[in-house]
Amino acid sequence: MRPQRLTGWLFAGPALAVMTVFFFIPVLGGLALSLTDFDPYALADWHNLRFVGLGNYLVLLERPAFWSALGNTLYFVVAGVPLTMGLALAAALLLNHRLARWQGAFRTALFAPVVTTVVAAAVVWRYLFNTRAGMINVALQAVGLQPVDWLGNPRWAMPTLILFAAWKNFGYDMVLFLAGLQAIDPFLYEAARLDGASAPRRFWHITLPMLAPTTLIVGLLTVAGYFQLFAEPYVITEGGPLQSTVSVLYLMYDDGFKWWHLGMASAIAFLLFALIYAVSFMLLRLARKRGAA
Amino acid sequence: MNARRARGLAGAALVAVLALAACRAPPQNPRITTLSFWAMGREGEAVRALIPAFEREHPDIRVHVDILPWKGAHQKLLTAFAGDTTPDLCQLGNTWVAELASLGALVPLDARVRRTQGIDPHDYFPGIWDTNRIDGALYGIPWYVDTRLLFYRKDLLARAGFDHPPATWAQWARQMAAIKRMVGPSGYAILLPLNEFEQLESLGLQSSQPMLRDGGRYGNFQSPGFVRALRFYDRIFREHWAPLVNNTEVPNPWTEFGKGYFAFYFSGPWNLVEFRKRLPADEQDDWATAPLPGPDGPGASLAGGSSLVIFRRSQHADAAWALITYLSRPAVQLRFYRLVGDMPPRRSTWAFPAFADDPKAQAFRVQLERARPVPKVPEWERIATQLAVVGERMAHGELTPEQAARVLDRRSDAILAKRRWVLAHRGAHGGDAP
Repeated sequence: MRPQRLTGWLFAGPALAVMTVFFFIPVLGGLALSLTDFDPYALADWHNLRFVGLGNYLVLLERPAFWSALGNTLYFVVAGVPLTMGLALAAALLLNHRLARWQGAFRTALFAPVVTTVVAAAVVWRYLFNTRAGMINVALQAVGLQPVDWLGNPRWAMPTLILFAAWKNFGYDMVLFLAGLQAIDPFLYEAARLDGASAPRRFWHITLPMLAPTTLIVGLLTVAGYFQLFAEPYVITEGGPLQSTVSVLYLMYDDGFKWWHLGMASAIAFLLFALIYAVSFMLLRLARKRGAA
Repeated sequence: MNARRARGLAGAALVAVLALAACRAPPQNPRITTLSFWAMGREGEAVRALIPAFEREHPDIRVHVDILPWKGAHQKLLTAFAGDTTPDLCQLGNTWVAELASLGALVPLDARVRRTQGIDPHDYFPGIWDTNRIDGALYGIPWYVDTRLLFYRKDLLARAGFDHPPATWAQWARQMAAIKRMVGPSGYAILLPLNEFEQLESLGLQSSQPMLRDGGRYGNFQSPGFVRALRFYDRIFREHWAPLVNNTEVPNPWTEFGKGYFAFYFSGPWNLVEFRKRLPADEQDDWATAPLPGPDGPGASLAGGSSLVIFRRSQHADAAWALITYLSRPAVQLRFYRLVGDMPPRRSTWAFPAFADDPKAQAFRVQLERARPVPKVPEWERIATQLAVVGERMAHGELTPEQAARVLDRRSDAILAKRRWVLAHRGAHGGDAP
């Protein structure tokens, strides 16, 4: 028993050591930092560093900017995740259909946005959605609709970012769904067809249940990714207009890296971590209740 | 995901320090001093062309120029300070001088200026020189200057019935109203991007009341002078003289200016070069520059730009000072202007025909005599970004000017809380920490 355990530790040792140095210690350091008011004054002189306990967290909970950033982030997640996953599932179903031709070419084309850099794609979208000269508004006007101030109107800026994110990311989810679809036993469909099940019923009673584990994974990945909204507003709107696209991570970046208030920024990071953890946990619980995982 | 973020937060400093350390020049021949000089953006590229002449004059000095992008420069400087990897000398935006001086990262230069023939403080525009003076000590030598004034369409103004640019806010308002009437709903009189704070900041600097009070301990935005500036700024949007846009939505302001989308553009010296480059030759006579109108007469504007500073940890302060002296020579500043279009901080450089015979540049000369430094506290930049945030809410009609002033004071007081504590703490302990 003993030597076996030792061998086990030896095998796990290198990975554990790496995890300790690059994960556990930084996380603990970040946690400690979040209990202080580390800022440029502390950088100049350690005597200016104060232990503030949960002060940063309490200040955050009283800060309107944090709540509006949280609201913006939740808006992005709640609207963006279903949209992205819906697009991905629809694209995967189309690609997986037995009548689909040039499957490889379409798969590559639909996956292409995922591998483009966010920044380059965002700059192009900024031109497309320009209020006065953008192609989207030119097209809207051509069919007789009113142009929309996509990025200048606080009500439209976030929906525009959600559209962008969905376009940018659905290809990844699509590939996962496609793999899930291809793993479904064709006999199930055949049996259902013999029983006279219509296409919608086959989708509802075979495809969706059989895809449940894939859906769970895709959902978890997309939710965790979307909570970390940053690059899109950073490049496209710089948080505006009227701070309507400032996300939690954007707020953390500003506090931490722009103003060097690492204490406050660490507190934001831990709150966001707690939030993502809680949501992922709830998703898992929900899935387990339904018997998917 | 969590791992990545936590690691990013706590480890970013380490990575940046390592990266910067790797950038430093390796040690060379001991008789030759290698200076590490950090410069930013276009200035960094241009200054490389000026270095060979300096190295010929000083065969024992080699200069290694590292170029930092403006966007990451502030963060890199603080990281370098935390990691003891600061360069010998650096180009520093002059609103950052107060911050790095309060960190104790910079060397005072008063004694060197007194000993040096070539640098005469009285030859510099007083507002610009003053930005480098923190609590009585001089920490930087102005390298180039930046201020804000008006670019305007002469032809549009003439069509609206005005043969002179405005000198007061009242005249300015009349002209904007006339232009707006003329161009109708699809055009505007002025472009004031809502995510830029410099415009409101410049208007605020025109007041005789400072924007912070009690030695930079509290906001002073509810002073009558600043509220007046807020009301004027607010009126420009109320009357639809300016569109409600961010600068990201006007990616090409030069062409839009040429097309007459707006007649006034409230901007800085780099656009002199841009407009000359980007507008066709037959439109070049249609535009001009004018000093900023003030509440009751010719107004002040902000004293921006970059200074050259020497870091306390530098082992080569004398060599670094030689380079600063060289870059401060009028002839070298003229070459620098020709390379990037950055305006010189010295009156004697402005005597060269390149400036004296250029009416569009002369408006800057006039404005620079009236340039004023922004409040010299390390927190200023953060407060200034709140000017844009709150100004935008006001422009959208969410706040009245009086409410905006109250919000600005409340936020500045919160941002300055640590400064108040540090100042009180230092007084109580009689320490000499910076």
